[in-house]
Amino acid sequence: MIYFLGILTIIFLVMAIVVISKMSGVMRGVNATSENAEPVANNKLNGVMWLVALILGIVGTVWSYYAAKDGFLPEASSPHGRRTDELFWFSMALMMIAFLAVNILLFYFSWKYQYKKGNKATYYPDNLKLEIIWTAIPAAVMVVLVFTGYRAWTDIMSDAPNNALVVEIMGKQFGWMTRYGGSQDDKLGNYNYKLIDDNIQNPMGLDFSDEASFDDISHVSEMHVIKDRPVALKIRARDVLHSVFIPHMRVKMDAVPGMPTKFWFTPDKSTEEMRAELGNPNFDYEIACTEVCGRGHFSMRMRLIVEDEASFKKWQSEQQTILATVLQSKPDYIARIPENLRAKAMKYAPAAPATDSTTVQTGAVTASSASLK
Amino acid sequence: MSVVAINTQVDAHVEEVHEHHEEQNFWRKYVFSEDHKTIAKQYMITGIFWAIIGIAMSVVFRLQLGFPGINLSWLKPVLGRWITETGTLDPNFYLALVTMHGTIMVFFVLTAGLSGTFSNFLIPLQIGARDMASGFLNMLGFWFFAVSGVIMFWSLFLHTGPAAGGWVIYPPLSALPQAHIGSEMGMTLWLASMALFIISSLLGGINYITTVINLRTRGMTFSRLPLTIWAFFITAVLGLISFPVLFSAALLLIFDRHFGTSFYLSEIYINGEALPNMGGSPILFQHLFWFLGHPEVYIVLLPALGMTSEIIATNARKPIFGYRAMIASLLGIAFLAFIVWAHHMFVTGMNPFLGSIFMFLTLIIAVPSAVKAFNYITTLWRGNIIFTPAMLFSIGLVSLFVSGGVTGIILGNSALDIQLHDTYFVVAHFHIVMGAASAFGFFAGIYHWFPKMFGRMMNDTLGQIHFWATFIGVYLIFYPMHYIGIAGFPRRYYQFTNFDFAKSYTDLNMFVSIAAIFTFAAQFIFLWNFFYSMFKGRTATLNPWRSNTLEWTTPLVPGHGNWPGEIPAVYRWPYDYSKPGAAEDFIPQTVPYSQTPESNLPHETALIAEEEELGEINLNDQFRTAH
Repeated sequence: MIYFLGILTIIFLVMAIVVISKMSGVMRGVNATSENAEPVANNKLNGVMWLVALILGIVGTVWSYYAAKDGFLPEASSPHGRRTDELFWFSMALMMIAFLAVNILLFYFSWKYQYKKGNKATYYPDNLKLEIIWTAIPAAVMVVLVFTGYRAWTDIMSDAPNNALVVEIMGKQFGWMTRYGGSQDDKLGNYNYKLIDDNIQNPMGLDFSDEASFDDISHVSEMHVIKDRPVALKIRARDVLHSVFIPHMRVKMDAVPGMPTKFWFTPDKSTEEMRAELGNPNFDYEIACTEVCGRGHFSMRMRLIVEDEASFKKWQSEQQTILATVLQSKPDYIARIPENLRAKAMKYAPAAPATDSTTVQTGAVTASSASLK
Repeated sequence: MSVVAINTQVDAHVEEVHEHHEEQNFWRKYVFSEDHKTIAKQYMITGIFWAIIGIAMSVVFRLQLGFPGINLSWLKPVLGRWITETGTLDPNFYLALVTMHGTIMVFFVLTAGLSGTFSNFLIPLQIGARDMASGFLNMLGFWFFAVSGVIMFWSLFLHTGPAAGGWVIYPPLSALPQAHIGSEMGMTLWLASMALFIISSLLGGINYITTVINLRTRGMTFSRLPLTIWAFFITAVLGLISFPVLFSAALLLIFDRHFGTSFYLSEIYINGEALPNMGGSPILFQHLFWFLGHPEVYIVLLPALGMTSEIIATNARKPIFGYRAMIASLLGIAFLAFIVWAHHMFVTGMNPFLGSIFMFLTLIIAVPSAVKAFNYITTLWRGNIIFTPAMLFSIGLVSLFVSGGVTGIILGNSALDIQLHDTYFVVAHFHIVMGAASAFGFFAGIYHWFPKMFGRMMNDTLGQIHFWATFIGVYLIFYPMHYIGIAGFPRRYYQFTNFDFAKSYTDLNMFVSIAAIFTFAAQFIFLWNFFYSMFKGRTATLNPWRSNTLEWTTPLVPGHGNWPGEIPAVYRWPYDYSKPGAAEDFIPQTVPYSQTPESNLPHETALIAEEEELGEINLNDQFRTAH
């Protein structure tokens, strides 16, 4: 790489020297190209340059692909991702044919039909048949692309399967938060943006008048999903536009304040498997933001962990419920919960008040240990 | 005969008018001019000024991206507090730089700079008119643009910085000052500037359309118009219909920002506060913005394509291949341009059904675009090509148009856009197909019409060096960017080091940045050539490119009214180059068929009978003289 840069620098320096040395000669007011065979200065040189550019261009195009492909993402870890990747490379192959054919003809004709004294150009103003042919062929190619793209798109945008794991992911300046329906009811509780309060640990605005919220858990830096089980993402944002991008899964959907969006996918390669496959024990699936959202747009990282069901359930049971965290932060919040649900809510209250902020709440109720009785 | 009597009366009247014609003062001649040629030069110089600023901005943020951790303290004298104590670029200002780069390049350089210059300069000259339909509106149009530029320029120096939400300025980020410092006064000034800019564009557009419809000279039917004029005309129609929608989007945003409305805002909690706004939708803004945004890219591109047609035909010494198909494809592209906007919104959460519709319409637009590219290539086939700098840039434009266009087909496929949206793949696509292609059109136009603007020639050798350095440079910058996009690198990222998946390609990013610096440097060859030749270039001949169009029949540097005497009549289309049987390898439009019996095609011989009548008509030139 460094050698390439070196060569480029040398080329640049040479060109700079050529330019500067030509400036003085040129600025002396070169006379109009007189009766030499060139209609404009350096016509033959420029003609040859098109050929040189063509050859270098083709070499560069082919070489750069082989040099760059190691930097591509690994094979997609979701079926729809592999499908769109296949469609992408198929479409790119078609486009490369067009790209090369058109540019080759353009550069080649520029060289071949350069001015020659005594030559006369061919007066060829139109040819309807030719126009029809080269209208029809691109149109046919477009039909193929539209059809295949439409099929893929409608499949990807179809409703999530019934057995999907529902995960809510909320974007904010500058991070993500995930929320799960809890191991009791597997159902996400209602939320209301007016209830958002970072000070009492309710950043997602959970509405505790809905008892389905009681066992919800959340996380600020991780999303856990189960290998081979579809994931239905429920996506929202609480301040400005964000966008959920999971590059290895080929997932992308904007997070819009005031308009929940969704995207479902099936992760079929676990984090462990990827670590083994890539020979990188530190590999992690990542979630990034791809809609400019302010100063920290480039640093909204969340880890996605794809694991087997047992590990997932273990992780889920270890998380403190949001309700417990809220009550821990503000014990008298219990008064805000509707009377008929208060008893149930109390089961989620931390058992002992915190003596200091570092004490682990062993008594705090976790998602798995709260009973419904 | 009565005709003769009327003529003498007209002559006497003309003499009177001449006597009262005073020399204009400096301000009316050079500043508040109503002469389309002066206004064109004003747009051109302003466009070049903004291009230098816009490209310099891109070099700064490419330094940040290509050399992470680079010490930019040497920029402190210019950028002040935007370079921190340790020499790093402030992340807020990084976003401001990319926003302003986009805004400046798309609107100020490639819309006002490109259309404003060449539509103004060429329309009256190529259709055979004394000036635009309204010189006054034309002058107003430029000055609205100048004022909008001053406001935008001012915003660069605000303490809180200019707008920084991307050139698309999506709310809620752009609506809430508390979301980003760029959304404070910087955003207010951006909106004010753009409101004035839109007015300027509309004033210009109305003028171009009216002039082309009403002020064509005798014999200049629509089917004899140079393709440049067709392109400018259709571009103006595109602008007239689409710019007002951006105006409305901006107006609603101003209301949300300052008057408590909720057009784009709903359920927002920010900086510890739950805002009262309910019921609005950020998606509304995106629809309104892109309803302009998509036609806008064709507004940027079509004038360049039109000029390329002219320059390629002239320098290949051949008619443009498929004149009618070229017009049909311009019309097709223009029509389709209005109904594809939501391909910018596939993953916004809008109804997926819309995604299918817009994918279908978007892929159709590739067809007329392909036709144009094929026609250009066939024009070169069996030509006798002269490589003036203008010709080089025009051929380069065709290459860039195709190379960038094919990736548009990938992005227009909604299923593929899921992965590629908001990555560097998109950045590569639009820079090649729109940015570089139109910039090449701008250069081609300047090199080609410089003799008509200033009566002097630019230096051909320097122009050719400028071309090759820029052409190679542009490909070196943007071709590798596709790989970066395929690898998933997101747009508008200050740095890539926070993510493992974006840790590769550090070398490639560095390479792109170096290529950008190199290409920027190469533009100074052009600037030198341009300004030096304006004063010291060798004097041009009347028709240095041996071209057929009307502008070359004016004096070396045309004055007010363009033709000192009567405006010539037009008898043929502009593409009779290397016609079999003809004496020269070009026949200007002003040469009647009656004078070229040796090269007339059968249907042209039939038109000779009408030519005498043509001489008698006079609808637009009542005094038969410039005054």
